[in-house]
Amino acid sequence: MSFLKEFVKFLMERKKFWLLPILIFLLIFGALFVVTQGTAVAPFIYTIF
Amino acid sequence: MTYILGISAFYHDSAAALIQDGKIISAAQEERFTRKKHDSGFPTNAINFVLNFSNVKLNEIDHIVFYEKPFLKFERLLETYVAFAPKGFQSFSRAMPLWLKEKLFQKKFIFDHLKNIDKVFKDETKLLFSEHHLSHAASAFYPSPFEEAIILTADGVGEWATTTVAIGKKNNVEIKKELHFPHSLGLLYSAFTYYTGFKVNSGEYKLMGLAPYGKPLYVDKILKNLIDLKDDGTFMLDQKYFNYSTGLTMTNKNFDALFGKKPRKPETEKITQFHMDIAASIQNVTEKIMLLLVKSLKKEYEIPNLCLAGGVALNCVANGKILQEKIFENIWVQPAAGDAGGSLGAALAYWHIDLNKEREEINKDNMRGSYLGNEFKENEIIETFDEIGAVYEKLNQDEIIEKTVNALSKGKAVGWFQGRMEFGPRALGNRSILGDPRSNTMQKNLNLKVKYRESFRPFAPSILREDLNDWFEMKTDSPYMLFVSYLKKDKTLKLNEDQKKLFGIDLLNVKKSEIPAVTHVDYSARVQTVSKDTNPLYYKLISKFKEKTNCPVLVNTSFNIRGEPIVHTPKDAFKCFMGTELDVLVVGNCYLAKTDQDLNLKSDYTNNFELD
Repeated sequence: MSFLKEFVKFLMERKKFWLLPILIFLLIFGALFVVTQGTAVAPFIYTIF
Repeated sequence: MTYILGISAFYHDSAAALIQDGKIISAAQEERFTRKKHDSGFPTNAINFVLNFSNVKLNEIDHIVFYEKPFLKFERLLETYVAFAPKGFQSFSRAMPLWLKEKLFQKKFIFDHLKNIDKVFKDETKLLFSEHHLSHAASAFYPSPFEEAIILTADGVGEWATTTVAIGKKNNVEIKKELHFPHSLGLLYSAFTYYTGFKVNSGEYKLMGLAPYGKPLYVDKILKNLIDLKDDGTFMLDQKYFNYSTGLTMTNKNFDALFGKKPRKPETEKITQFHMDIAASIQNVTEKIMLLLVKSLKKEYEIPNLCLAGGVALNCVANGKILQEKIFENIWVQPAAGDAGGSLGAALAYWHIDLNKEREEINKDNMRGSYLGNEFKENEIIETFDEIGAVYEKLNQDEIIEKTVNALSKGKAVGWFQGRMEFGPRALGNRSILGDPRSNTMQKNLNLKVKYRESFRPFAPSILREDLNDWFEMKTDSPYMLFVSYLKKDKTLKLNEDQKKLFGIDLLNVKKSEIPAVTHVDYSARVQTVSKDTNPLYYKLISKFKEKTNCPVLVNTSFNIRGEPIVHTPKDAFKCFMGTELDVLVVGNCYLAKTDQDLNLKSDYTNNFELD
């Protein structure tokens, strides 16, 4: 949670909001890869890319 | 009493430094403890050392400052990948998982490591982040003897900045301007390091050492194609020739086509005159850029003092040229100018800038000779040697000096281990291998039989401060071995007609001066001046050597072999002593001759370390 707070603060300070969608995309799919690693869902995730 | 711990880590040369009420107490690089050169891991051992040295617990530390800002670095990475997309996908796909898993959450990562050091440590608010180049600038200014100075920092890259100009005044450092990635003098030099077959981030010294063997034939080519250099020293690099922004190498095919050859393969390809000429050319360009930069800064700010830090500030040949041009009245270079020194700078920046604390002892070099590391008591040394089964003689200080000087004057190579370990890449007489500079075979012997490194690499002289003017052109102090100067004409030897015709590596075997072991092929030397104040024992040793031989100079090279971090403990020293052809080892007041040792204690040493 504190990470998110700090990252939002950082974005406000740097005003580079265009990075936000890229980051969200990376975080969501990054998390998805990590969470699904070794599960039955993994092959379906990999076929998307 | 306020303690501030500075930390640098995760790129290369991790380190920790501790200051107490603004006073530098201790600092050390992690590599010395883990025995892994340029170790980039979290500096647990170095932190434990600085804490133990002051007998404080981590929980008692008031502030902990990391030397750079991970979010800003991530922003640079992301923006660079976007700017170059779709090029660089391979590098992107390698870097991102690492960042998303670990590096982006560096605060938590550091905090967890700190908790491992001290379970009681809980206060996350103590953990702060400085900026990479501000850390460098602070490390160069606050320990310097100047009330006001121009600070120039240059390295590969920090967060965004690659070159920074700051003004230091009393207790403040203000960054005035920056050059940003990918336009980087450090990366330009590293690109040529890579191209000539040396390891990036460690082989830059070798390129600098190789330069005097070559001719700067490619300067125009570099200036015309690779770099758009302005009159004030600012520049842009044409990314068409480089691959470091998005790829996994430093240079690309266009670079190879420009110079007509592929990068040298270090394992199979020999260094040729071409590589020496390339080295001479990039060294020349680096000096040009540095000179233009500092000249324009002097003109703009009219301050007579200059402070330097960042990896480029370890280019002592360029530093020597700045000194020689007499642009500034005084120059001070941070001895741990690379990322290790960032730990110290981060702590100092927080104390002076954020906490607004005054500098107490201005007009004095507060770096303590860079002797900021670990030291060992006599009983610890003796215990170690007894445990190993080493044969030693325990002498008093006068006897140890007398005996060491005798060995040196007979041409013996001596491992000299005394007092506190140096902070930074240079051995300054406490963890050094010493030799007689008058010997014609010393350079070759030390390189090939003791250090197991390339024969072209030069050695540095340590000279008594008061004798400097008789031997070298340089007139100022150089306690940290960060300026190259030229030998006085009357100390050089005339070459005969055959010798004059030699060039490149063939010049290596020619006796060029009264002190050939420390005279490079262009009569230059990376000088260390030794004074009574900074290192009394080393001063005494050289003085005694002078008394006996009339020569106030010793060969001083770091106590290690190729690829090995400088020795840290008496045990490391003994291992290196037995694994190489060192003749004598002196640790504290213990004198060890190789001929007295049990040869079963000899071990294959060279294969223990990955070559750099």
